[in-house]
Amino acid sequence: MTIEFENPKPVEQARFLLQTVADNMMRPVSREMDENEHAIPFGYVEFMNTAMKAMGSGSAGSLAPSEGKNSDDPTRAKRPSIAYQLLANQLEMLAWGDVGMYLITPGGGLGAAAVQAAGSPEQREKFLARFNGEKPTFAAMCMTEPQAGSDTSAIRTRAVLDENTREWVITGEKIFVTAGDKSFNDHPEFGKGFIVVWASIDPSAGRAGMRSFVIEAGTPGVKVTKLESKMGIRVSDTASISLDGARVPFENILGSPTVERTTTGFKGAMATFDATRPLVAATGVGVARAALEEVKKMLADQGVTIHYGLPRQKLSSIEKDVIEMEVMVKSAWLMVMKAVWMADNKQPNALESSMSKVKSGDIVTKVTQKAVEILGPLGYDREFLLEKWFRDAKITDIYEGTGQINRLVVARQILGYSGSELR
Amino acid sequence: MYGFTPTEEQKMLIDAVARFSKSDLRTAAHAAEEHKNLAQRLVNKGWELGLLQASTPDIYGGFGERSSVTGVLAAEELGFGDLAGAIAIMTPGLFVLPILLAGNEQQKTNYIPQVIEGSWRPFTSALIEPSFDFDPNALKTTAKKVDNGFVLNGVKTYVPFANQAEAMVVYAALDGVTKGFIVSKNITGMEVSDRIKLMSLNALPMYRVTFKDVKVPETSLLEGDFEPVLAGMRVTNAALAVGVARAAFEYACGYAKERDAFGVKIAQKQAIAFMLAEMGVEIESTRLLTWEAAWKLDMAKEDAAHDAYLATTSASDMVMSVTDRAVQILGGHGYIRDHPVEMWMRNGRGFATFTGLAIV
Ligand SMILES: Cc1cc2nc3c(=O)[nH]c(=O)nc-3n(C[C@H](O)[C@H](O)[C@H](O)COP(=O)(O)OP(=O)(O)OC[C@H]3O[C@@H](n4cnc5c(N)ncnc54)[C@H](O)[C@@H]3O)c2cc1C
Repeated sequence: MTIEFENPKPVEQARFLLQTVADNMMRPVSREMDENEHAIPFGYVEFMNTAMKAMGSGSAGSLAPSEGKNSDDPTRAKRPSIAYQLLANQLEMLAWGDVGMYLITPGGGLGAAAVQAAGSPEQREKFLARFNGEKPTFAAMCMTEPQAGSDTSAIRTRAVLDENTREWVITGEKIFVTAGDKSFNDHPEFGKGFIVVWASIDPSAGRAGMRSFVIEAGTPGVKVTKLESKMGIRVSDTASISLDGARVPFENILGSPTVERTTTGFKGAMATFDATRPLVAATGVGVARAALEEVKKMLADQGVTIHYGLPRQKLSSIEKDVIEMEVMVKSAWLMVMKAVWMADNKQPNALESSMSKVKSGDIVTKVTQKAVEILGPLGYDREFLLEKWFRDAKITDIYEGTGQINRLVVARQILGYSGSELR
Repeated sequence: MYGFTPTEEQKMLIDAVARFSKSDLRTAAHAAEEHKNLAQRLVNKGWELGLLQASTPDIYGGFGERSSVTGVLAAEELGFGDLAGAIAIMTPGLFVLPILLAGNEQQKTNYIPQVIEGSWRPFTSALIEPSFDFDPNALKTTAKKVDNGFVLNGVKTYVPFANQAEAMVVYAALDGVTKGFIVSKNITGMEVSDRIKLMSLNALPMYRVTFKDVKVPETSLLEGDFEPVLAGMRVTNAALAVGVARAAFEYACGYAKERDAFGVKIAQKQAIAFMLAEMGVEIESTRLLTWEAAWKLDMAKEDAAHDAYLATTSASDMVMSVTDRAVQILGGHGYIRDHPVEMWMRNGRGFATFTGLAIV
């Protein structure tokens, strides 16, 4: 055990490769995709489907939080996995390219991550194999409802077991489902995906009654009713999904079908968050780094040098801003790395995960806001991508737990408080 | 690879430092600040932890190799205990490490063993100058080459233990480039002021030192680059700031869980809890920046000095806001000197200026 900060080879290689993808397949279409909301960059999606399989991973769904990728390699038996570190690096780089396009990278996203975190080995086998198929395939996670966002305990979607057919019958309204359209609706170019829907099997049990269900694409009774128009990440579809007596096989429940009056079922969702929050944080760092690098480049083109090493009293206002932005990006990245490193080393990382998300949500908004400000009329002009990154950035502080919700998680951990002691 | 766990050896050292810091430094801090006096016994005990000795190769009387990572881990712990005490204990390092980093073989053998072997003795250095835009890379103190040596002119301030120092490293601009010069006590033209009084660090004896046509021999020049020395000072400053911030943060957490208002503990109010969460996040993020910069220094990475600058920049902002929040969380009680948070807040403002008071 030691303190060190060197990327292992596979990480360097992955970064190098994805830098090429970002440069050649993302940035050139970034603007076009932003201007044509809901258009699909098939070139990128198909390329990534092949590339990610070749690379072994690339989305949250492609690895199990409980077991590293290296574990089946006997020569590496003793070495800790670097799977999460690799993934965080990949996502950071893709988000540097275009975070909206990253969100429509095939591979299962949050839906597959939920199966990884809460599914049985059989369920993983059954539901996740599809992501290695010929066609790009998507999965989505449906937690949020019109009246239940941060407060997930307010979820009203119900799952009732039909004892005769041994099917779950699910009814409710879900909103803001990332990749909901691509996961559920029929697209000839894509493989058959699924959505993971959170519902209560016993409303009187509160959180203890919450379960998630895998619902296959095209299941009758389920409909995508709307695609949202958004401030940013416009290339990513954000769907409303209504479920009206949708019938789902008994074995599609993730976790126990009975209610033990504990919150273990819900803890599945929370475990998913421990795994995915640093990854979302990584994408925030990617956007922030993109903005920072662009600012530095545009300033350098204008002959502006940043004098690192000077006392503050001698720095120009722009220099101060840029240095501060660099501090933010760097430190946020280190927090991501610590959180994923802990995951790789099987250390509980709820605190560090939420910390990295708080930090990333903070800095990516600040850095992109500053970037637009510094570049003045150019920053605000759609000829450049800075204004787009400013719009894309904001979502980092909203999904996967808002900045406030993650502050709550951090504070509870620090103070040793339960959810009822600190609401 | 990435790694975030200290080695076993580092852990043992850090544990020892942490114990001392908590049971000795911290308990003495308040009285030391109030009475403007740090017990020599305490400084000696801190010296005996052997931090500097462990950074010095055995040929110069020590028993190890310098590691900035180990150094910043230790500095955080010391800063957590008490900043004034931490700086006092580390002061001889201000003399030894620059010689180790930038001196020649003869300077090392001449000077280092006498500091390292035996008990704590006052050896120090003079970097900071009394001007608002003090810049370690554009010093107003000058060194001029003359026959058989150099002539130093200028004013230094914030020099710990200058009145009793047996020797110090004085930094001056030689043809516009910062260089260190070894200056022994009682040299003609050097004048040490009365003790200076600052917003905090009252326990630490510090002085203004004036150099008027001070002639030093050729052999006093540290020929090596100042950059790694400055980088070392910067990561140390950052690490001490993290320690002070953590002290304030932990104190505020404990207080917030005890203090009642409106029928609940104040920590149960989001306004307080969110401040604490943000303090925790900012401390951790600066700590990681500091570790990475220190690691890069150890690995002699090209951008190590750059990262050290970012770390200290981040740290001075972070420690100011964290210590301010800590006072805020204690409310009126935070403003009363019986609680340590107001002292940490006074410490906190200083880190923008303190680079040069310690190096690991
Ligand atoms: C583009 C996009 C994609 C998304 N993708 C998905 C997805 O794939 N799957 C999914 O399930 N959801 C998704 N979401 C939903 C997202 O996770 C929620 O929007 C988010 O959790 C916040 O919920 P809300 O919008 O209802 O806000 P609310 O919960 O109503 O929050 C409003 C404000 O109140 C604050 N607040 C709430 N509770 C507290 C509290 N206890 N203490 C202090 N402050 C509080 C919040 O921080 C926020 O500032 C997505 C959202 C967007 C915009």
